[in-house]
Amino acid sequence: MSVIVPNSLSDALAALADNPDALVLAGGTDAMVEVNSGHRKPSHVIAINRVSELRSWTYDPVAATVHIGSGVTYAELMESPVADLLPALAEASRTVGSPQIRHAGTLGGNLGTCSPAGDGLPVVSALDGIVHLASVAGERSLSVHEFMVGVKRTARQPGELITGVTLPVLTGWQGYSKVGVRNAMVIALASTCLATDLEGRNVRLALGSVGPTILRCAEAEAFAATAVSFEARSVSAHDARRFGELAAAASRPINDHRATAEYRRHAIGVLASRLLRRAFPNE
Amino acid sequence: MSESVALNEQYELHVNGEVRPVRDSWLGESLLYVLRERLGLLGSKGACEQGECGSCSVLVDDELVCSCLVLAASAVDQSIVTIEGVAPIGSPSDVQQAFVDAGAVQCGFCTPGLIMATHALLERTADPTEFEIREELSGNVCRCTGYGRIIEAVQRVAVSRRVSGQA
Repeated sequence: MSVIVPNSLSDALAALADNPDALVLAGGTDAMVEVNSGHRKPSHVIAINRVSELRSWTYDPVAATVHIGSGVTYAELMESPVADLLPALAEASRTVGSPQIRHAGTLGGNLGTCSPAGDGLPVVSALDGIVHLASVAGERSLSVHEFMVGVKRTARQPGELITGVTLPVLTGWQGYSKVGVRNAMVIALASTCLATDLEGRNVRLALGSVGPTILRCAEAEAFAATAVSFEARSVSAHDARRFGELAAAASRPINDHRATAEYRRHAIGVLASRLLRRAFPNE
Repeated sequence: MSESVALNEQYELHVNGEVRPVRDSWLGESLLYVLRERLGLLGSKGACEQGECGSCSVLVDDELVCSCLVLAASAVDQSIVTIEGVAPIGSPSDVQQAFVDAGAVQCGFCTPGLIMATHALLERTADPTEFEIREELSGNVCRCTGYGRIIEAVQRVAVSRRVSGQA
């Protein structure tokens, strides 16, 4: 077994070119669980937590975007000013695990693992994030919707490293909600991210833990765009309920040891409706 | 910053201010395993080994993390502080003493992790509210106390540091 701890992006990519199928270790909060339990026995590990190029975020006020390096931790995403630019991501980050987990876990790791329950992913989906990948052969960028392929499956190719994600800074309320058995240390049974784009006059809704990967709700979004008043920040109680029903109908949950499909579907309806009312608090 | 490191089965960790060689280990071992089984530092406890319980909490480069989720070999050149590094045996830290005084220790298994988490909490927030204490200690599970006396212990430290002008 080999472990490489690169200090620069070029060293990381070179190491990955030598062992394209190496386990890329970010915060370790998913991968080490599998290593500890013996479910994963990696022959090569590239630990990227010291790659400085991946550890920072930048705001481009002209493009109104934030680029987040894949090694930025949840704890860092909860801090101002990035938390003010991307409030839903800060909220989602705050629901991840515990302080210990948030100090280690990264948004890049969330994308790499691509669990349907990954707390950062509904936010990246609702914001139509762009995922950036690099290898010694070059760089490429693709929509997060193309990047997330299925349960723990992504479009990342052997030899490629997730370097970061670009998210738009929207005007309008955005938030994240999830349901689990307690506030801390909980894997979402159902989660929702709602983001309002006042300029584009649209409402985006993404669902976690209720499908093979994160789901967007085209019908609910189209309904909300006509049902709400962007000026008055209002929505009727009836339409907020209907929005929740459409969200629940878009979910594709399964029964497992954590919850039943019926419970998850119901939870999605409640969460989506609640988030719409937070975004449009007037009746 | 040093060069990229490629490791073989022998490497060194910086634990509690000392350079500790790790020999004949499997490179997939967690930091928790290496601390306990290779370096004989038995203070950090292993329970869930999936980051759920916090009893293995240590500081790596001043950040509170679960040592069970850190690949030990990836922590070369980083500063690791375990419960053994908090205070010398026989002269407990103010946090350790407050846990004793408040009756916040019952079986004691979770205590090292909670002491580490409390030190980290009070470094960041000198005068935490009860909500902040509950939030910051939410990654440390205690099955005995019901947490009331743990929270009381943390508050005692905050008060005594304030009174003595340390905070």
